[in-house]
Order: sequence, then structure tokens, then C-alpha cells
Amino acid sequence: MLALLVAQNIAFYIIAALMVVGAIRVVTTPNVMHAALWLVLVLSGAAAQYILLAAEFVAITQVLVYLGAIIVLFLFGIMLTRAKTGNDDDLDNKKSAKFIGAGIGVLLLGLMSYSLIDGFKDTEFGDLMVQRTAEVSDSIFSTYLLPFEVLSVLLLAALIGAIVIARRD
Amino acid sequence: MTLLLAAFAPPYWLSTLIKVLVVSAVVPTTALILGMVFLFKIMSWMQSRLGPQEAGPRGTLQLLADGVKFLQKEDIAPNGADRWVFKVAPLVVLMSTLLLYVALPASMHLVVADLDVGVFFVLAISSLSVIGVLMAGWASASKYSLMGALRAAGQLIAYELPMVLAVIGVVIQAGTMSLNGIVFAQNTGSIFGWGGIGFPYILTQFVGFFIFIAAVQAELTQPPFDMPVAESEIVSGYQVEYTGFRFLIFFLAEFATAFAFAAIAAVLFLGGWAVPWLSTSSDLYYVLGPIVLFAKVMIVAFIIFWVRFTYPRFREDQLQSLAWKVLIPLALVNIVVTAVLKVVL
Repeated sequence: MLALLVAQNIAFYIIAALMVVGAIRVVTTPNVMHAALWLVLVLSGAAAQYILLAAEFVAITQVLVYLGAIIVLFLFGIMLTRAKTGNDDDLDNKKSAKFIGAGIGVLLLGLMSYSLIDGFKDTEFGDLMVQRTAEVSDSIFSTYLLPFEVLSVLLLAALIGAIVIARRD
Repeated sequence: MTLLLAAFAPPYWLSTLIKVLVVSAVVPTTALILGMVFLFKIMSWMQSRLGPQEAGPRGTLQLLADGVKFLQKEDIAPNGADRWVFKVAPLVVLMSTLLLYVALPASMHLVVADLDVGVFFVLAISSLSVIGVLMAGWASASKYSLMGALRAAGQLIAYELPMVLAVIGVVIQAGTMSLNGIVFAQNTGSIFGWGGIGFPYILTQFVGFFIFIAAVQAELTQPPFDMPVAESEIVSGYQVEYTGFRFLIFFLAEFATAFAFAAIAAVLFLGGWAVPWLSTSSDLYYVLGPIVLFAKVMIVAFIIFWVRFTYPRFREDQLQSLAWKVLIPLALVNIVVTAVLKVVL
């Protein structure tokens, strides 16, 4: 078990480093298409981290929803509106805006670190068990039935709203 | 020999190495087989001509010769292209094809990873190839490529849904998302107490099978769903600027994906690698499993290519309304009926 955990930690740091590089490139690249493609790297890294945590179902949902649908929609939208290759000059913010953005980033990092460290303290996780999909569905359709239904109705409302806004007549 | 295979239990690193080597050998081989048998031979037969005759016995090595020809060509990128994205795009498409083979079971133990969420994994991974297609179309800096990529994205998004919904009927009936679990469920089942052919789900899920095959056809951008690569309108869409081995990779990925989808259809609807009159835990399946699966794959692939060689191209609006107004409602009705019957019976 110990050897497996060591391997898992090494894999975590490699993937995390890739994700950090990708995330920085998303906001610093001067090409909007490249930014979307770097985001692919970050999101697939998140999926890989879920697999390391033995949450197969969540990982594959991440791939299906974020990579298969949302990123494709991003790329589709960018290509429909501005499809030129090469850099966009108007993509970069002014210097003052950059400093404010960096400040907010540092603040968020501090807040997240504090709440994570405060929340878990010295808790150690036991052996990782692969989460069976049947268990996920059982808990969704018993314990969390009401939130699940509310979320479904919310999503349906958003869907209908989008169609109403997009209709011309 | 079967006992020898059953007793073979290599350490983790060796089994991983073997799996990587086997998958990277199987993917081009399946693409070659489908290309040779269907694209050259069956297509010629359906069109009353001979097809390639010169290379090898009865022209069977023609595709191999074509592959070598592609490898010899110069690797050209257009002048205004975004080089990096342009060069990586075919590899993204190929990667999604390679990942499809990870979950395919050729027998109970002959599978790279027997995932608990096998069906879900396959559907999620197959949607990744769109990213590669969009990258290729955008980075080529050509209007035909961009048009092709946009058409491809619109089509793949539209047909992703009926494909997922068609499979749900099978998942409800089997009570599991594991591909091996679905094979077991079909081969241990019986029809009104008669177990002669097990219980292949095509008997009850024929609507799902029809929708799945139509959606596969669209995902592969093959005729009649070949708007994204329509030669007579946009030359060949997102592939138009590619030459040499990068074009070869697109070709390889298309046919290997066709094989993978045919295998998934065989597993979901035709009983996969097992035959019903031999217990699924038999050691014989180490040898028999891949053969049985291959036979079933060829049957499904024949249907896919038969449609490909027979029907003319859909118009873009016909293509979209077929997905949204016919296939998706049909799949939803299929799910409701299956769920009700599952509870009642």
C-alpha cells in the first residue's frame, strides 16, 4: 500500500505542475485560441487527479462535460467569431488591471489554503477504495434526491431561458 | 495453450508494457483490415468493378503500399498556419482513438483496463476527437478547413447525444455499465427459458442499435453524414492542408475508430466475445474470445460500410433535424419503454 501511495504522490506532483503551467499560460498567452487549448490541458489534468483519487465516475464526467462539451463550445464560439491565426493585441489588459488581478489571485490562494488546512488539519485518509458507480447513483437517488431534482429543474430553466433569448421572433 | 495463457500472471510493469505494445500494434492493424476488406474489396464488389489487383495476391497489399507512399511524402505546413497546433492536431485525434481501445474487452481477462464505468468511458473519450478536428481546421489558416471544422463540430455535438441515449437502454437492461458485465448479462440470459443463443440485446434494443449505428456513422463523418469532409463542396474539410504521415494519421484514426465503434456495438448488442453454449468463465476464451469478437465486429462493420457506399450525402439542415427531431426523441422513448418494462417484467 505504501509503495502505491508514493507512486500516487509522484504522479500528483507531476500532473499538478503541468496544470499550474497550463493555467498560467491560459491567462498570459496573447492568442485566444491558444488560451482555450491550454485550458484543455488544465481540465484534463483535473480529470487525471480524480482518477488518482479513485473517483472514476467523477473523472469521466469531467472529461465528458468539460472537455467534450464546454471546451468544444468555446472553440466553436471563438472560431465562429474571430478565426484569424496569430496574436491579438487587444487581448492583454492595462498594467494597473494586471496588478489588481494578481492581487485578487494571491488573496484567493490564501483563502483556499487557509480553509483547506483549517478544514482537514491532521486528518489522514485511509486506504483509497475505488468508488463504484452504483454507490454514486444510490446516494444520488436516495440521500440527495431533493437537491438533485432541484438542480435538474434549475438546469432545465436555464436551457429554456437560453432558447427564449436566442429565438428571433 | 489456453492453460498456458491462463496461468500467465506478469508483474505490473511487464503487463503494462505488453498492453501498450499490443494496443499500438492492434490499432493500425484493425485500420488496415477495415480499409482493405471494405474500402477496397467490398466497395469494388458493390460497384461492379475489380478494385486494386496489382500489389500482392489479388491486390490485398495495396493499402500497405499506399501507407508507405504517404510516409515518403514531405511534411508540409501552409505558410499562414499556426505550426504547433497544426502539427499536434492529428495526434489528438489519434490519441482519442487509442484510448477507445483501452476499455474494449476481447475476453474476460484480455482487456487493458476492465473499467467499472466502461460504456461511459468509451462515450466520453470518443467526444475528444472533436478537439483535434477543431484544432486542425483552425490552425490550417484556410477557409475550406475552417468551414469543415465548424461543420464537423456541429455534427459531432448533435450526434453525441443520440449515441449516449441509445446506449442507456442497454445499460438499464443489463444493470451495469461495465462492458464485461454487459457481455455476461447477455450470454447468461435466456429467452422465455430457452438459452440456445443467450439473450443478445439486439432482440429488445433494436431501436437503440439502429440509433447507435446511425450516430456512429455521423461520428466517423462517413457518407451519408460526410458534410464536414464533402469533397465536392469544401474539398475535404479540415484535412485539406495535410500531407504525408499527418494525413495518414487522420486516415488511420478514422478506420481504427470505425473498428472500435463496431466492436462496442458488438459488445453492447450482439453478445461481445462470448458464445452462449460455452460458460463465460471457460479458459478457452483466451483464444476463442478475440476470434468471436472479430467475427461480430466484421458483421457490424459490414452494415456501417454498406450504408456508406449506398446512400448519397445529407444536406446540413437535414442532418441536424434528423439528429434533433428524429433520433433523440426516438432514443428518449426507447429509454422510457425499457425502464418501464424493466420494472414491470
